[in-house]
Amino acid sequence: MAKVTIDGESIEVPDGTTILQAARMIGGDNVPPAMCYHSKLKTSGGYCRTCIVKVSKGSEKDPRPMPKLVPSCRTTVMDGMEVQNNTSAEVLEARRGVVEFLLINHPLDCPVCDQAGECHLQDLGYENGAAKTRYDFPRRKFNMIDIGPNIKMHMTRCIMCFRCVKTADQITDNRVHGMLFRGDASEISTYIEKAIINDFSGNMIDVCPVGALTDKTFRFKSRVWFTKPMDAHRDCKKCSGKVALWEKGNEVLRVTSRKDKWGESEEWICNECRFDKKDIKDWVIEGPRHIDRHSVISLNHYENVVAKLKIDIAKQQKQIVDKK
Amino acid sequence: MGKKILLEHINVPGIKSLDVYRQNGGYASVEKALKTMAPDVIVEEVKKSGLRGRGGAGFPTGMKWSFLAKPEGVERYLVVNADESEPGTFKDRYLMEKIPHILLEGMITSSFALGAKTSCIYIRGEYFYVSRILEAAIEEAYAAGLLGKNILGTNFSHDIFVQVGAGAYICGEETALLESLEGKRGNPRIKPPFPAVAGLYGCPTVVNNVETIASVPYIVMNGGDDYAKIGIGRSTGTKLISASGHINKPGVYEIEMGITVEDFIYSEEYCGGILNGKKLKAVVAGGSSVPILPAELILRTEKGEPRLMSYESLSDGGFATGTMLGSGGFMVYDETTSIVKNLYTFARFYHHESCGQCSPCREGTGWMEKILHRIVEGHGKHGDTDLLWDIQRKIEGNTICPLGDAAAWPVASAIRHFRAEFEEYINHPERIKEFKHLQELVS
Amino acid sequence: MSKEIKFNEETIALVNKIIKRYPEGKQKSALLPVLHIAQAEFDGWLSPETMEYVASLLRIKPVEVFEVASFYSMYNLKPVGKCILEVCRTSSCWSRGSEDIIKHLEKKLGIKVGETSKDGMFTIKSVECLGSCGGAPMLQCGASFHENLTLDKLDNIVENYRVEGKRKSYTDQDFKNTL
Repeated sequence: MAKVTIDGESIEVPDGTTILQAARMIGGDNVPPAMCYHSKLKTSGGYCRTCIVKVSKGSEKDPRPMPKLVPSCRTTVMDGMEVQNNTSAEVLEARRGVVEFLLINHPLDCPVCDQAGECHLQDLGYENGAAKTRYDFPRRKFNMIDIGPNIKMHMTRCIMCFRCVKTADQITDNRVHGMLFRGDASEISTYIEKAIINDFSGNMIDVCPVGALTDKTFRFKSRVWFTKPMDAHRDCKKCSGKVALWEKGNEVLRVTSRKDKWGESEEWICNECRFDKKDIKDWVIEGPRHIDRHSVISLNHYENVVAKLKIDIAKQQKQIVDKK
Repeated sequence: MGKKILLEHINVPGIKSLDVYRQNGGYASVEKALKTMAPDVIVEEVKKSGLRGRGGAGFPTGMKWSFLAKPEGVERYLVVNADESEPGTFKDRYLMEKIPHILLEGMITSSFALGAKTSCIYIRGEYFYVSRILEAAIEEAYAAGLLGKNILGTNFSHDIFVQVGAGAYICGEETALLESLEGKRGNPRIKPPFPAVAGLYGCPTVVNNVETIASVPYIVMNGGDDYAKIGIGRSTGTKLISASGHINKPGVYEIEMGITVEDFIYSEEYCGGILNGKKLKAVVAGGSSVPILPAELILRTEKGEPRLMSYESLSDGGFATGTMLGSGGFMVYDETTSIVKNLYTFARFYHHESCGQCSPCREGTGWMEKILHRIVEGHGKHGDTDLLWDIQRKIEGNTICPLGDAAAWPVASAIRHFRAEFEEYINHPERIKEFKHLQELVS
Repeated sequence: MSKEIKFNEETIALVNKIIKRYPEGKQKSALLPVLHIAQAEFDGWLSPETMEYVASLLRIKPVEVFEVASFYSMYNLKPVGKCILEVCRTSSCWSRGSEDIIKHLEKKLGIKVGETSKDGMFTIKSVECLGSCGGAPMLQCGASFHENLTLDKLDNIVENYRVEGKRKSYTDQDFKNTL
């Protein structure tokens, strides 16, 4: 076990735990944001640099600070380690820099993007971004390529997190897409237009932190915040059959994996469950799904709205009392 | 004339061939090491020599070797980094082309010290013709029993092969090199683990620069203490310097560390002074990544002492007034040179070579190039200099590998020492073609 | 009709020799060298068919070949001229006049950087540092480095290539015997 302190809060964690995992165990507001790390994908993380933190004390044995900011998702804790996230101005500034880099070539087409409302980049920009861009060059464009009947790809929105590549590598048996070219010309592609057809390929949609990979069967049907997430399951031979249904009225608009509070899939689901079972009768409904994210969905979520109303009413009542 | 270790026999006719190389004392270190020395003793001698990595980082070689993990039954590898791609650097090409056996000798001896059964030279693809020279030399060495099974009748067996890259600066970064060697994209790995623990095919691996390995035979033959006597302070031994730009005698020079920069630039033995009798404006002393320094700071430190060709003296004053020895890619610019345009060529280079894995480097290098491009085209905007400064600051230290730093430092140093020139470009684009007035702007 | 994408027996033997350098199961290591061979053999560029063929030879997924081929600057993913004149443009070459070299070539051949002459003989490419700064300005064509260029020298080089009329590859110079 190793004791690690993050922004003043301590926790004992098993050896081999990363700083990010430890921060998630502590919970609260001091968890570094992560775009490319995904808890269910091996070797993920380290690329986007949003989760960088400052290690102000290396360990009990070797208390020297680490010379550079480190990606918390790929740095394992040492006993006695002290980490600064939100308490370090250096970290916050570097993170603002990373967010700016991620956004300079992003099309900012949220108004027409199906990911809006559950987009990690939106959240990240909201919390760490600047109101105005300093980038005044034309933004990067790519030729649209068709990657098959189920998944729509918008390369301009991609932040190159490698999650979809790792998903294809680790949960499907034949990866046909990958990271091609290099530098800022890198793109996710199949090179020769090739349909990504695989029983589990749809999971790439769920792992995509932005709107680069979206569900064609859900395309332009509804804003996510107008849909109602429900936990549901069915008997499935290929996967666990445990999913989240996104309903509007009695219509199932979309099926996704169930995601944890960090927006990362809990279990992979098969394409049949995801794309073909859009009838409410296909499913056993377990109940409303709690979305524990600070994204737009939750901002206007009824739970929050009710809570906010309660506060507002209390305030007004107090004002009335005070006036009297 | 200073001491020569690597290039001592460079002008001997036929030194490329095994026979001539051996007639000049070549491969004696293999004989000595394999027959009379224990591997650990060689590592100790290299430690004592103070030899530092000649690729650019200057990390003590003996220490790097001692980090190599040695689990039972697991292969270990020595990989020679011949990806030489740092702009301004061409010393490894020269060495491999002219005297290939010195590298092979160093590899056999070093592999014996490290317990590596196989070693490999990863050479940049553009040096294809040099790879042939090396392959021919390897064939000669096999035929002479210096490679293969039971070398010189000892128990030590060793194989060497040459792997050719295909055009990617980033493969000079050791983990990107290993990825490339495994047939993948040259994306640097996230460390730890370091190659000493998990390198090629997940096995413990030492990656060393060509020049570093080529220095090992001398150390084995003469002892680490003897090597440490050459040079100055912690800059022991000799260093190959690739000299280019506005000088009379561009080329590769072996210097004993500690000679003055002034001597190196102006003496007939080395660069032979500035081309066409012009004045010196600036120098990039250690390959494109290291900070550019104006004439007065490259010749003398801030304290007014003569600047020496050594790790310590070149970095005297930190980045505020100093630079680095780096790979020894010594680029000289005369008074007519536009520092801004030169920087643009560097920025374009780093943009072109960024692998694209991590966001600060992928996005930042392109952004910096675009801004510099509009400045040199006469469309610079007010505030561009400050914007450039801010972008490089946000790249530096925040990337997976040192390419981010390498892209940031030239920008930072050019602005630090030549800010007025940037402002001139931005405020008076109509005067861009007249470089003369830029001379007076040097701060 | 382009020729069939298949190595002859001699080349297959060479590929197998390269694969033997690596430990069992690590044949993917041969990808870079084999792509060089394929490019030299099949008209100087790597078509999707060529890359699929290489993938089958090394028993890896085609996308693994695309990923690699598109990463490295020496692989051409589009048809190119027989002689690719690659002019270095980084600092030392720039400071010694590489821009003039490029302009001269563009004028002489009537094409811009990145284009191929109508007769399919030449492609001009501007490239980043080739490690020949001491011989600046310089250009590479196939395996050859041409250093300390002057405009006259450049004219000669181009004429010689034109007269020779052969495709130039990085792998020239008895590739098969020395690898």
